[in-house]
Amino acid sequence: MAKMTLEDLRKLRKDKQQAMDMRSPDNKDVQVIVGMGTSGIAAGAKETLNAFIEELKSQGLSNVTVRQVGGLGLDHAEPTVEVRMPEMPTVIYGKVTATVARTIVRRHIMNKELVNEHVYDRPAADIVEGTE
Amino acid sequence: MAYSHYLLVCGGTGCESSKADDIYCNLLNEVESAGLTGHVQVVKTGCFGFCEKGPIVKVLPDEAFYVEVKPEDAREIVQENVVKGRTVDRILYKEEESKQHARIDEISFYQKQFRIVLRNCGFIDPENIEEYIARDGYAALEKVLTEMSADDVIEELKKSGLRGRGGAGFPTWRKWSFSKDAEDDQKYVVCNADEGDPGAYMDRSVLEGDPHSVLEAMAIAGYTAGADRGFIYIRAEYPLAIRRLQKAIEQATELGLLGDNILGTDFSFSIEIRLGAGAFVCGEETALLASIEGERGMPRPRPPFPAAKGLWGKPTVINNVETWANIPVIITRGGDWFARIGTEKSTGTKVFALTGKVRNSGLVEVPMGTPLRDIVYSIGGGIANNKKFKAVQTGGPSGGVITADYIDTPIDYEHLQELGSIMGSGGMIIMDEDDCMVDVAKFYLEFTVEESCGKCAPCRVGGRKLYNILDKISKGQGKPEHIEQIQSIGTAMQRASLCGLGQTAPNPALSMIRYFREEIEAHITEQTCPAGVCKDLIQYFILPDKCIGCTLCARRCPVNVISGERKQPHEIDQSGCIKCGECFNACKFGAVVRR
Repeated sequence: MAKMTLEDLRKLRKDKQQAMDMRSPDNKDVQVIVGMGTSGIAAGAKETLNAFIEELKSQGLSNVTVRQVGGLGLDHAEPTVEVRMPEMPTVIYGKVTATVARTIVRRHIMNKELVNEHVYDRPAADIVEGTE
Repeated sequence: MAYSHYLLVCGGTGCESSKADDIYCNLLNEVESAGLTGHVQVVKTGCFGFCEKGPIVKVLPDEAFYVEVKPEDAREIVQENVVKGRTVDRILYKEEESKQHARIDEISFYQKQFRIVLRNCGFIDPENIEEYIARDGYAALEKVLTEMSADDVIEELKKSGLRGRGGAGFPTWRKWSFSKDAEDDQKYVVCNADEGDPGAYMDRSVLEGDPHSVLEAMAIAGYTAGADRGFIYIRAEYPLAIRRLQKAIEQATELGLLGDNILGTDFSFSIEIRLGAGAFVCGEETALLASIEGERGMPRPRPPFPAAKGLWGKPTVINNVETWANIPVIITRGGDWFARIGTEKSTGTKVFALTGKVRNSGLVEVPMGTPLRDIVYSIGGGIANNKKFKAVQTGGPSGGVITADYIDTPIDYEHLQELGSIMGSGGMIIMDEDDCMVDVAKFYLEFTVEESCGKCAPCRVGGRKLYNILDKISKGQGKPEHIEQIQSIGTAMQRASLCGLGQTAPNPALSMIRYFREEIEAHITEQTCPAGVCKDLIQYFILPDKCIGCTLCARRCPVNVISGERKQPHEIDQSGCIKCGECFNACKFGAVVRR
């Protein structure tokens, strides 16, 4: 690489900053949890996971952690994804294809509105006292 | 392509020597064979600090903290944690007390730490300048070059209250302003990386984990003082730190962050590495400068101080590695921010190398003023093997001990000095009931006698005299007047020695007299060593009523002086015993005693 000017340095820092922020465990207030049990993976959870990561990157969101867990138990609705963030109820989405994943990033995480057509809540969670 | 997982492998010297490199390569291979290249980033970082449990692999964003990892564990980490999203519990860190798995942010070792100097250690790849830049790297240099005058920089340092981390704690802004105000056609900037205290590795870890922070700070000093050349003096026995520094200098030069016309401005600054042969005295600044000049590494009287007449007689800003690593943060976040951390007179944080008889050895960074108790118990996890805490040695061969009575002392420059010890560069050796203070003092004196350059008589002769006295005491030939002799020789050395080495060499012995007088007197008057360390003062016996004649001790004895029939009490022939303690450690029935 050639010698940098001040502008080059600032640009390089900006470009790389997001990648580093994604690595850092600090300042993460949004969690996207993808159910990656065998059935989830068979239903395409890998593509879903990648779609989340791609979309988060292209939207420049570094406060989101994407985690993998085993199956969430809603096998009929795989791939399933749980989203936890402040100011929004914790929601489980089902049948989350790569396209739906991108929609969730834009609507749920960025605009704070539910993606109604894919909400599959945790079984019976709404009738158990004290559960989210 | 964005990554979904980050595997951070500790690449400090400690973990590297327990095969961290193989772990790194295996992880790369496993990621590739799982078809995850591009999805998973494997990064070799600097030291995580938790050296006790090394080698360590961190998995983000899962925050799994794998300890004592072996190269063959790589497959399981990738297959289980990355592919299936399940932690590998077998190697997951467990808290000592609760036996529970802990996530990174829950580990008590890290709870009371506050990382400024080690901000990037264990997070970025030290061999990749872009990762440093992404973490606000070279932002301080940019700010200084575009917005700040030399006086502004000094004002900011003054506000920060930063004091030299190499030992004496001299205000950094004053050093810099002396050099700035000195008029000369050539000035220099020097980084003192000649870390030599036994058991200390703070500076090495910073250089291995975040070399650019030091380079950036030196360039800022160059701009402030008006110097265009810098030297890093580092001992040749730190090969990994040297390699990473070299790489960092090359990268920074290539990007125009070092060299001529930095970032298109008219400021130029270049840095060279100078290797030292590992003489302790070369950590003393004037001896260090002599060594860079190609002379024999010996100190000279001060004043003139290096800030006025340093390298080749020119004004020289010289600071220790840890001091340098603080500078970029002070510039970007402001001196006021920094001054709020720590105590009024000792601002900021301090890195300590916690070693000795503590459960969690490692590299810790805490705000100044943190009570010693927090460091030993909360972070260090207490004394290993449930022994009793006896003392902590700070400041290495120049420092002294702090006893259990003072365990709630806040650790800062003033309090340590009051207790007759010093901050030093940050070595902290924890001692338990099995450590003999005479032996410890003798060990340090042996070190300083060996490392004395011999230029001035107080250090050369005084050190040897002190050592000889301690040697006699440890052999049971001590006399009551020896205590007074140690004090008078020690005081003379403190006053008359030429440099810090000689002035502080008697500290371990003086500190021993101050806090453990009874223990020394036991050596002198009763010819016993209460801790059971001094070999000439102890004997091992077998209690006939407890010995069941299992023959284990006899088989373990390396000199075959234990005799006895099977199922009959054994006996030790004292004339041939070398007092290694093997029988004592071997006996399962408490039949071997030490007196």
